[in-house]
Amino acid sequence: MTNQTRKKPELLAPAGNLEKLKFAVLYGADAVYIGGQQYGLRAKAGNFTFEDMREGVAFAHERGAKVYVAANIMAHNEDFAGMADYFQMLQKVGIDAVIVADPAIVDVCREAAPGLEIHISTQASVTNWQAVQFWAEEGIPRVVLAREVSLQEICEIKRHVDIEIEAFVHGAMCISYSGRCVLSNHMTNRDANRGGCAQSCRWKYDLFAEEEGDMHPLFAEGDETFTMSSKDLCMLEHIPEMIEAGVDSLKIEGRMKSIHYVATVVNAYRQVIDAYWDSPETFVFKPEWREEIMKAANRPLTTGFYFHQPTEDDQIFGVPPKMTAYDFAGLVLAYDEETGIATIEQRNHFKRGQEVEFIGPGRERFIQRIGEMWDEEGNSLDEAPHPMQKVLVRVEKPVKPYDLMRKEKGTT
Amino acid sequence: MSGSALVHKMVLLACLKERMVLMNFHIPELVVSAGSPEEAEKLLAAGADAVTVGDGRYALRVPGNFSMPMITDVVRIAHGQGKKVYVALNALLHQEELNGLDEYVRQLAQSKVDAVVFGDPAVLVAMQKTAPGLKRHWSTETTSTNWRTVNFWARKGASRAILARELSLEEVIGVKQQSRIPVQVQVHGMTCIFHSKRPLVSNYLHILGKGDNKQEQLMVLKENTRSGQHYPIIEDHNGTHVMSHEDICMLEHLGVLIENGIDSFYIEALGKPLSYNCQVVSVYRQAIDCLAKNPQAALDPALLDAINAVQPTERPIGTGFYFREQVY
Repeated sequence: MTNQTRKKPELLAPAGNLEKLKFAVLYGADAVYIGGQQYGLRAKAGNFTFEDMREGVAFAHERGAKVYVAANIMAHNEDFAGMADYFQMLQKVGIDAVIVADPAIVDVCREAAPGLEIHISTQASVTNWQAVQFWAEEGIPRVVLAREVSLQEICEIKRHVDIEIEAFVHGAMCISYSGRCVLSNHMTNRDANRGGCAQSCRWKYDLFAEEEGDMHPLFAEGDETFTMSSKDLCMLEHIPEMIEAGVDSLKIEGRMKSIHYVATVVNAYRQVIDAYWDSPETFVFKPEWREEIMKAANRPLTTGFYFHQPTEDDQIFGVPPKMTAYDFAGLVLAYDEETGIATIEQRNHFKRGQEVEFIGPGRERFIQRIGEMWDEEGNSLDEAPHPMQKVLVRVEKPVKPYDLMRKEKGTT
Repeated sequence: MSGSALVHKMVLLACLKERMVLMNFHIPELVVSAGSPEEAEKLLAAGADAVTVGDGRYALRVPGNFSMPMITDVVRIAHGQGKKVYVALNALLHQEELNGLDEYVRQLAQSKVDAVVFGDPAVLVAMQKTAPGLKRHWSTETTSTNWRTVNFWARKGASRAILARELSLEEVIGVKQQSRIPVQVQVHGMTCIFHSKRPLVSNYLHILGKGDNKQEQLMVLKENTRSGQHYPIIEDHNGTHVMSHEDICMLEHLGVLIENGIDSFYIEALGKPLSYNCQVVSVYRQAIDCLAKNPQAALDPALLDAINAVQPTERPIGTGFYFREQVY
C-alpha cells in the first residue's frame, strides 16, 4: 500500500491534567485521552473538570489535535444517575470521542449524546475480528484491542473489518485480561473495575501444591517469590510493523505519569512515526530514540503479546531493577536570542555546574552544564532550590517555551 | 450419609406441612457444573435441575473436559429426567479457537443442548449464523455488573444473564427488577478473581529452574506479607486463573433471593470432590423446595450443618460480596 491510499496513524497520548495535555499536544500527540470527574478508571489521576476540558479542547483543537474522554468503568446500577447529563456535557464542551467499556454506557451515551463518537475500550477485551465486527455493526467507529492480541491477529482483524483499530504501543500493562481481574476487590475491598485497582498482581505470593489438604511449597528457601508483575510495553522499535499491520491509533498508557514522562515518550514516538511514514524505504531506527525512552522508563520493557506469548522474561521477579531515571528539573518559559539566556521555572532542585539536558518537541536533545544563573532581579545564584522559582540560565543552544530541562536522578 | 438421609426426611416433613399454606413463589433453577457425564448423572440425582459442562478449549475453568460424544451422553441423561444441559463457551476467543467455532456450535445445536453460555460477542455472531434457535446465556463474570448491560445483551439475543460475583445483594435485586431476561447468580463455591492469558505458573517454575513441570491442577497462592488467606490458582489452555479464598455459601439467604425472583442458582463444583458437590446440591435442593413455599421460613439448621460437615477446613465459607462494602 502506498501512503496516498492510507491514513497516517494517530499518536494517542495520556493526559492526567490540563498541563500534561498541553505537553502531550506540543510534543506531538495527534490526540490525547483524559478522565473526567466520573466514570473513569483512574480515580486518583488529576482528572478534568468541565472547565478544564473546555480549555484543553480549545488548546488541542487549535493545534489540530483531538481530545477523548475515558468513561471506561464497569457501571453498577447506582452509577446511572446523572450519566446522561455527563455525556451531554462532554459533547457540549467539544470532546471528540469517549472511550467506553460497558455496553450499558454505550447505550446511555448514544441516547444522551447521539453525535458523540464512542470507542470501545481495551477493558472490553476484544480479541478477535468477529468481536470487532460485532461492534462495527453497532455503529462503533473504533475499537481499542485487548493487550493479548498479536500483531498477526491485528492484520487478520484489519483484513476482515473496516473499522479503526487502536492498539497500545507503550506503558504499563494489566497482566490479566483487562477487566477480568478483581484481586483488588477481594484483597483490599477496592473495586478494580471502577477505578480502585490496588495492583495486587504486583504483590509477592508464595506458591504451594496441594495434596489431600497438605500444602507443599513449590519454592525453596531463598528462591524468588511468585508474582504477577508485567514489564511495561514498548513498541518503539516496531512502529513500522504496527503501521504496516494497519493500526489506526497508536496508544501510550499513563494518565498518572509525569509531564517529563509524557513529553519524553510522545516525543520519541512522534519522531519514529514521522521518520518511517515519510520514508519507509530509507527508515533506519536511531538508538537515540530508545535512549530517550529509557530516560522516562519506570520498569524494564517488553513487546507484550505482539510477537509471542509472554514468558518469564516479560515479567518482573525479585527486586525491581533500578532504572536510570531522570527528573524534570525545569520548564523553559522564554528565551532571549540576543543574550542566549532562558527563563526557566524550577520543577526540581538544580545548581551551577550540574549537567542537564534540554529536550523540545521534534528535536534532538542537547547536554550542557549549568553556568551562570540569576534570579529575576538579576542577583547571581548558585542553586535553584525553590519549586516554581523563575531562574535565568545561559543556554548553549536556542530553546523555546515548553522545552524541558532534565537532570539525572540523584546527581548534583 | 445416614445423617444426611435423616436431614432429608426432616426437611421433607417440614415441606409437607408448608405445602398446606401454598403461597407459591417461582422455584428457582439449581445449576451445577460437572466434570464428566458420570458426575453429571450423580449431581442431577442429588437434585440439580441443570448441569453446566464444557470443553476447556472454549470454556473457562470447567471441572472436566466434555467431548461431543460426552455432551450427547449427558444430554440424553438429563433430558430423560426433564432436566437441562448448558454448555459453557465463555472463553475470550482468539483466532485459533475461532476457526472451528461455527462447526462446534452447529454440533452443539444438533446434540440438543439447552443453552450455550457465552461472553465473547464472537460467539453471538457464530450462533446467529449457525444455531439461531439455540438459547444463549450471557456471562462475562467480572463485567456483568448492572441491569442496563443485561438488557443490552438481551437485545442482542441473550436469554439469561449470569451476574458478576462482586455485586451486593441489593445490586443483584436491582438488576433483577429491571432485567428483561432471567437472572442467574452463584450461590455456592469458589469464584474466579483473576484471569490472565499468560502461563504465570509455568513462567514462575522456569524462574525456579523447574522446567516444564506443568500441572493442570489447583495450586495455592498465599500472600507473602499477610498471613491467612489461600487463593487457589490453576493454569490451563486459557491461561492462569486465581480463585477466591472462600467458598460462597448463600444457603442462609436463599429466601431473600427467591422472594426477589432470582431465576437460577449456580453451584461451582470446581476444586471439590464429587461427594462434596453431591452433598451441597442435595442441601440446596432441600432448602429451595422448602423456601419456594415460604421464603421467610426459618432454615433448618441441619442443612447448614450438613454443609459444614463436608466443608474442607482450609476453605472458609462466606457470603462473597453480597453483604460486603466496596470502595473505589
